[in-house]
Parts: sequence; structure tokens; C-alpha cells
Amino acid sequence: MPAVSKGDGMRGLAVFISDIRNCKSKEAEIKRINKELANIRSKFKGDKALDGYSKKKYVCKLLFIFLLGHDIDFGHMEAVNLLSSNKYTEKQIGYLFISVLVNSNSELIRLINNAIKNDLSSRNPTFMCLALHCIANVGSREMAEAFASEIPRILVAGDTMDSVKQSAALCLLRLYKTSPDLVLMGEWTSRVVHLLNDQHMGVVTAAISLITCLSQKNPDEFKTCVSLAVSRLSRIVSSASTDLQDYTYYFVPAPWLSCKLLRLLQCYPPPEDGAVKGRLVECLETILNKAQEPPKSKKVQHSNAKNAILFEAISLIIHYDSEPNLLVRACNQLGQFLQHRETNLRYLALESMCTLASSEFSHEAVKTHIETVINALKTERDVSVRQRAADLLYAMCDRSNAKQIVAEMLSYLETADYSIREEMVLKVAILAEKYAVDYSWYVDTILNLIRIAGDYVSEEVWYRVIQIVINRDDVQGYAAKTVFEALQAPACHENMVKVGGYILGEFGNLIAGDPRSSPLVQFNLLHSKFHLCSVPTRALLLSAYIKFINLFPETKATIQEVLRCDSQIRNSDVELQQRAVEYLKLSSIASTDVLATVLEEMPPFPERESSILAKLKKKKGPGAVSVTELEDSKREGGELNGGSDRGPDTAAMAASNASTPSPSADLLGIRSSAPVGAAPTSAGSLLVDVFSEAGPAAPSAAVNDDGFLSSAPPSEDPAPPLSEADELLNKFVCKNNGVLFENQLLQIGIKSEYRQNLGRMYLFYGNKTSVQFASFTTTVSCPGELQSHILFPQLNVQTKAVEPLVEGGAQIQQVLNIECLTDFSEAPLLNIKFRYGGALQNLTLKLPVTINKFFQPTEMASHDFFQRWKQLSQPAQEAQKIFKANHSMDTEVLKAKLLGLGTALLDDVDPNPENYVCAGVIQTKGQQVGCLLRLEPNAQAQMYRLTLRCSKDSVSRRLCELLAEQF
Amino acid sequence: MIKAILIFNNHGKPRLSKFYEHYNEDTEQQIIRETFHLVSKRDENVCNFLEGGMLIGGSDYKLIYRHYATLYFVFCVDSSESELGILDLIQVFVETLDKCFENVCELDLIFHVDKVHNILAEMVMGGMVLETNMNEIITQVDAQNKMEKSEVTSVLA
Repeated sequence: MPAVSKGDGMRGLAVFISDIRNCKSKEAEIKRINKELANIRSKFKGDKALDGYSKKKYVCKLLFIFLLGHDIDFGHMEAVNLLSSNKYTEKQIGYLFISVLVNSNSELIRLINNAIKNDLSSRNPTFMCLALHCIANVGSREMAEAFASEIPRILVAGDTMDSVKQSAALCLLRLYKTSPDLVLMGEWTSRVVHLLNDQHMGVVTAAISLITCLSQKNPDEFKTCVSLAVSRLSRIVSSASTDLQDYTYYFVPAPWLSCKLLRLLQCYPPPEDGAVKGRLVECLETILNKAQEPPKSKKVQHSNAKNAILFEAISLIIHYDSEPNLLVRACNQLGQFLQHRETNLRYLALESMCTLASSEFSHEAVKTHIETVINALKTERDVSVRQRAADLLYAMCDRSNAKQIVAEMLSYLETADYSIREEMVLKVAILAEKYAVDYSWYVDTILNLIRIAGDYVSEEVWYRVIQIVINRDDVQGYAAKTVFEALQAPACHENMVKVGGYILGEFGNLIAGDPRSSPLVQFNLLHSKFHLCSVPTRALLLSAYIKFINLFPETKATIQEVLRCDSQIRNSDVELQQRAVEYLKLSSIASTDVLATVLEEMPPFPERESSILAKLKKKKGPGAVSVTELEDSKREGGELNGGSDRGPDTAAMAASNASTPSPSADLLGIRSSAPVGAAPTSAGSLLVDVFSEAGPAAPSAAVNDDGFLSSAPPSEDPAPPLSEADELLNKFVCKNNGVLFENQLLQIGIKSEYRQNLGRMYLFYGNKTSVQFASFTTTVSCPGELQSHILFPQLNVQTKAVEPLVEGGAQIQQVLNIECLTDFSEAPLLNIKFRYGGALQNLTLKLPVTINKFFQPTEMASHDFFQRWKQLSQPAQEAQKIFKANHSMDTEVLKAKLLGLGTALLDDVDPNPENYVCAGVIQTKGQQVGCLLRLEPNAQAQMYRLTLRCSKDSVSRRLCELLAEQF
Repeated sequence: MIKAILIFNNHGKPRLSKFYEHYNEDTEQQIIRETFHLVSKRDENVCNFLEGGMLIGGSDYKLIYRHYATLYFVFCVDSSESELGILDLIQVFVETLDKCFENVCELDLIFHVDKVHNILAEMVMGGMVLETNMNEIITQVDAQNKMEKSEVTSVLA
């Protein structure tokens, strides 16, 4: 007979559920639900008092509607009323509703608490369990305050029923997790630990979770649990499979409890008491022995349960890391599992071996399985398993097998799943560096990495190879030769061009003797890639060119010619234009000596921990990289002169230096020289010419002398954003650099660069006065809408605190790292506070981070454009605005703005040549949003029509808003 | 700790969702969708564990799942749980449902969602395992049914 009788439920509910299931469409379902909601609402509001059964039925319907994924905003009160019913069924539905729908900050908590109090003192075990479940489910602070002292009493009382004890143990655990300060174990400690001896296995099962958690927090107070746990475990392990009756699962005695006992022991070091330790070692040996016995059943459940215990035993052996004999046995056992036909076991064996690899006793034993693991990487069908295999290869790598493992990982990268490529790249880069005996191998490996998986090679990786080449004389010639060869390939990755440009700029002279790589050949090779590259790379190449002029005077005329041409000196990108102008001037007026000093070879980078390792740790979260590994890296890192956690671009550069501190990917130290944080000059002058584009835009931003600073309230709360914050923001929609804000005291300049969904922004705070700013602090926050989704921030902005003192006339710099997780409409806020002559200054600006910054331009032909345009035909995907021109309608100005927007400006697409069309993809972490734009100017009417079509509605709307202010 | 227990069918329709940590309703729905997406694209006979989705804790959490006919049973757990242990627990849960409903099928879960919650509550409480012994669980469920029956009869009488 079935335990649940299907017939006597609530008929009305069953009918309603059938109705819902018969709905043909989502709309029909919603209609039916709304009808039902209206009905229930009127019943609840009606004059007639409902009987318990009806209340129960309606509350149950609400619950069902909620579980279908609809919001429920009433009925809570009726549910609370059901709690005080003395009928089990009504009480039970009430509690169910509350545990599913009421969260911890509900106002009803007091009423609920009263009902719970009654049930706890009712001495009816079923009611007590319901109440305890409810506390555990809601787990709010108010509940902890009300019941934290009561529950331990129930837990240890002699007359409490076993089922109530079980619930009380877990209920207490829940309260301890949410409000540890309110749960005082003190006098209860010993009695709780002794629950491990309880006759009822269910009580032990529940209690062990509580004890494990308490032991982790207070190991000393609970350490008596070790000997109790060992004896309990020993009784289970040595029992025949029939001894434990109901707790025997497919012929395995109490597998769940055994696992939990082994986990509890992992909170402590090996037992000191010899007898206890002996008993435990015996248990572990028995478990290992049982693994070799023939199975008592062919069912997968049997082997699962047996192996669950085995894996926990192995974890404990690894945790102790003191019994070489057991460690080797564990390793052999895992070795068998590596070839097991069950995928689950292969997965777990790879995972356990990873931890085993870091033990000195078993490292060698793990290494013997290298061929099997490499094979797993190549042949496993399941990406989760391949990922574990890659992790294990990384963990078992040492000097003896590094070349083999790196080669295998490189070849796997060619076909690796996209989801794990970036991590694989980091791992290869780290291993290659850590175990490089000869640095030509290292350089070859990294260049291969760029060739195979260039898109996944992050800045850290290519910065690092450059740092190492610069710090090691013996590899520079080889590196120059190798990059020169790599660049011969007709299509090479942009990262290769970056590394090539940098290295040839520094060390091209080392291979210039060979006529096949003469200075001019080198230059022409680099320049042949120039036009295909993005702006930051081009900027880097320009710096490489000026270095060439110094290294090879014979190339001077050719390079000057290149710098002088319109596409450089009049480039619409201000960074490129400035470099072209400055380098051209520098090369023509500076004497050879000056040039040689300014463009001197880079000095070695200071020694630091590898930035790549830091990145991997961040990616995997703390704990992913074991402590030994970190120590290793420190030790091994010492062999290189290596590493700075800043990229070469911002690292301390040669004592050279032209005027302006630039944060762009400028590797050559031409510009990033001004020591960050201290550049005292007379007020104003430095600040004004920091930015090359002090054109029409900058001064207008600077006009803001209404003295609002002194009138800011001296409170600690950030001021509300300036009234003109939006206006300031709008100036930066189509450009990345310039003066964001200026008043009589302070000037804030911005340089920013974006790549895919990532951005880096450099803020320059200049003190225009001659008096020190004290307590200078800046905070970046995301406004209301952004903050509300704690789990899904739209933007992730990270920064470090700035120095609290800004001397008169000085300028300090701050770097923000920005990650766009999903599309957003509100810009982050920058709040600045400081003391100027005793008065607190407090102002808030909007940071010019707008969704279009994450554009990647997309080139396409006319046909494709219109096809895609038609595909984006849902009404919400389109946003349109007709507006009056606010700025010049000059063609060149418009083009520059549209390019600045980040999209590709497409020629010959629109039949009307007066119109502009653009295409691009917005890159967020979660998704890519394709965007098409059409701008139709009407010069006579001085009007525009702007139309956007994007694959996401919110993006169309936001872009339309932003752009309507630009023209 | 078990963070969430989700049951959905082959088309991603949720049949049971129990979260042991508080999320708002939208988030819960998104977690269910994301989890379905992750689990449903996997072949049969690959391993039963995978790293959690972005919404529910990232790589510190694992999804441990079993696919039975039309239904996926997914437990989202942190690293303190034994993977194989949880697989067994899913099996115990399903066998218990099967005993209580006599040949349990998807419809039972639809029409008796409250009962399913009750059965689960006898196994897992606040994200921790309360009881693993099927007979013990069924004894509790039986006792509740008896009370329910006696109350229904008293209403009719």
C-alpha cells in the first residue's frame, strides 16, 4: 500500500492543477492563475470567516502558484493563522508556506515566533519537529534571539524523542551559522559531543554535522570528539554488513555516517594518543583492504557507497600526510581508479590525486601515472574530467617532466574547450617559467602559446615574457631572432605583434648583423602589420619605431617619413597623433646623445611574484593554489630576475622621459616616466598640458567656478552627484581621454582604454593650489540600480586607495580596472573627499563608463548589413530619436564622433551617401550584443534621425539616449 | 552543505525547488534555468558531477545530479560533501518517493508537491542531512498520513 494516499487530498487544488496543465499557452496559464489569485484574494478579504480547511486549500494553491514561478504578495497572514490550528494538516501547510515564502526579514516574524514557541512546548513530537524545521528554514536573527537558548536544552534532554533530537541538532546548526554570537555552547559542549555515542544512528547522523561545524570554529573545546569519532567509525567499519540493519545501504554499513566521521577527523591533526591512532590506522587499512575485495553486489549503488567511504579515507590520509605506507597505498588505489570504466571514479581519482601530488611522500608515486593522465586529457569525452586531468598535470609537474607536460598541454590547447582555454594558457605560462632551465625553451613556449591561443593570452602573460627577456641578457638575442621569424607568418596574432614590436625595439640590434634581418627589413616587417592592429598596439609600434631611430640611425629618414604622413600625424586617435608628433619632433631636434639617453635600453624589472600566478589564483579563488605551490613559486622565482606585478607599461622606466605620463600600453618608457604620485610643479601649468586634447572640449568642462566645493556640507556621506555630472559624462561618450572636471582647487583628468569587456581607467587628480590636500580619499560606487543586484553586478570596478596627501601643485594617479558583466545604463559614481585648509571638500561625479566603451567594431558589406537589420525587427529592439543638431554637422566631425563611439563606420552601405551607418558588438562577460546604427542628418532642417537596432532591447534604448546628446 | 535541491523535467520545467540559502525569486528562477542549461546539454554516461554555474557559487560548488526518465534531480553542494555520498542520497530520495507514491512518476510530483516537500524535509533540514535511512523516513511520513486521515475523517463525520 502506498504511504501517500492519493485520493484524500484537496479536490479544488487537484482541479486547479489540472486546469493549469491543460492550458495551451503561457498566456492562458497566466490568465487562469490571475483568475485564481483574484478568487483567493476575495475569499481572504470576504466577510465570512473561512474554516481551517478552506484556508489550508487556498494557501496550498498559493504555494503551488509560487512554485510555478509566479510572485505571491498576499496570503502570508492566513498562513500564519494556520500555524495555531491544532490540526496537523493545517499546521503543516502553514509551516510549509512559511518556510518556502517567508524570508528572514518579514514583519510577521513575531507572530510566527509565538506559534513556534507554543509548538516547541507542546510535547507533541510531530509539532515540535514542524516548529524546528521552520526555524531551520527561516533562520533569522529574531528567531535565533528567541530560541537559541531553548534548543540545546531540547537536544540533550533525556526524554526528547529521537526524531526531535535529530531536528534540534540541525536547527541549532542553522542558528549557529547565521548568528554564532547567540549560540553559546559552554555547558552543553560535552553532552553534545557525546551524541556521537547515541544508540540511534539517525541522531548521530544529524549531530555529526553540528559537531563538525562547531569543531571547525572551536577546535580545542571539541577535541574530545576525535576519540569518540574513531571508536564509532571502528565499530561501523568492523561490523558485518547485517549488524546495522536499516543503516546498511546496499551491503555497505552506514556509508553516509562513515563519510561524515572521516570528514570530522579531517578537522584535526592525527590523534596524539597512541591507542586511538592505532585504532584509526587499522580502520583506514580495513577500508583500503575492502576496496580490493570482490563486490557483494553488482549494483552501482553498492560500489558508490563503498567508494564514497574509500575516497573520504584517502582524503584523511592525505590530510594527515604522515603515514608514507598509507599514502602510497592510497596513490595505488587512485591509480586503479584512473582507468576505471566508471566516469565518476575517474573524475574523483584525478581530483584526489591533485592533492596527493603536493605531498613529498607521494609526489613520485603520482608521477608514475603521467601517461594515463595525458591520455585522459586527450580522450575523455567529458569536459569536467578533462579539466581535472589538466589540473592534475599541472600539480604533478616538476623539473623532470616539465617539458613533456608543457608540450602536451600546448597540443591539447589547440582543441581545448573554450571554457578552459584561458586557464590552460595561464598554467602553461606559469609552468614554462617555473621550470625553465634554458630560457630559449621558455621563449619558444610562450610564442607558441600566442600562436595557438592568442586570444586567450592575457596581458599578464605577454608582459611577463617581456620582463623575463629584459632581465636576462643570455636570451635577448635568441628572443629577437625568434620573434623576427614568428612575425614572418602572413597572419599573426596581435599579441605576437606586441611582443615582436617590443623586443625588436629593444634588441633588434642583436640580429641586425644578418642581412636577412637588417634594420630596414625589421622595420618593414613590423610596419607591414601596423595597419591591421588596434590602437594600443599601433601606439606600441610607434614607440618601437622611435627606438629604431636610436638603434639604427640609417632608418631615421624612412621612419620620419612614416611618422610624417597624414595617417599618423593627423590620426583621429589622439594618443597616436600625439605620439607621432612628439616622436617626429624628438627625432629631428634631439642630438644623438640626448636621443640615446632618452631611448636607452630598459633597465631590469624589480623582482616580484609572478603576476600570472596571481591571476590564476584570482581565477580559481583562494585555496585553488596550494600553499606549497606558492612557496615554490617564491623559491623558484628567485632564479629569474623576474617579475613585477605591474605590466611593463607602468613599471618604473628608464630615466628617460618626455613630458607626459601616459598609461597606454606604452612599453618603451618614453612617457610613463613621471614618478607616479609626485610631480610637483607650479600649479596649473603641468596640469593643463597633461592632456594633448585641451581642445574645445576640455576648457568647457573646466568652467565650473561656482564655488560649490566650499558649500558642500561637511558630512561624511558622499555628496549627491553634481548637477552637471551628466553633461560631463556626455563629453566622454565618444572619447576616452581628457579633463573630466576642473574647479579652482582640483583638476581631474582621465585616460582610459578598453578591450572586449574589460577596461582600465587612469584618473589624475591635480592639486591646483599651493596648499596640501589632506585626507584625500576617493571611492567608486555603482549607483542604486547597480547595487541592488548583489549577485549580478552589472559592472565590477576595482581600484586601490590613493595616497591621502596631495601636495600643492602635485598630481596623483589612480588606476581603475573595470569589468562589464552585463549591459548597464547607470555610470559608476566617483566620490572625492579631502581637506583643504581645514574645510572638508566632498564632490561626486559620474565616471564616464558608458556601455558603448565595450564596443568591438564589426565590418560588413551592404548586403549583410541590411540582412541583419531585418533580423532585428522586433519593435523593442529598435530605438529611434529625432532631434535638433546641437553641434556642428560637418562630415569629418561626425565621422570622428562615430568612430570614437567604438563602432565600425561602414561606407557604401546606405543608398543615401549623406547617411551614416555603423556596426559593432558590445562585449559583456555574459553575452555579446550586436548593434546596428543609422544616423540620417538633414542639413536644411538642422535635424537628425537616429535609429538603433540591437539584439537586446535595453541596449538599444541606452545607446539611443547617450547618442542623442552627441550630435 | 547542500545549497539547493532542484528537480526539473527534460524540458526544464521545474517540479521542485528547495533553496537552503535565501535568494530572491528572480534569482531562484535564473538559477533553475542556468542549472537546467548546464545539466541538460550533457551526454548520458558522462560523470555526474560538474562545477556550479555562475549564479550559485561558482567553482567552489558542485552540481551533483542524476537523470531518471523524464526528471533531473540536481543537488548543489559545497566542498564539505562527499560527491558519491550525495549521489547515494539522491538515490535514497528517489527510492523513498517511489515507496510513498508507488511507482512515482512526474505527475505525482505535480499533484502532490506538498507531500514531496514533506518527504524531503524528513531527509534534509537547513541544508544538512537529517536522516539517510529509508525505513525511518517512511515511518515518519506514514505517521503524518495517519494523522491526516484521521483529521479528514473527522471532518466528514
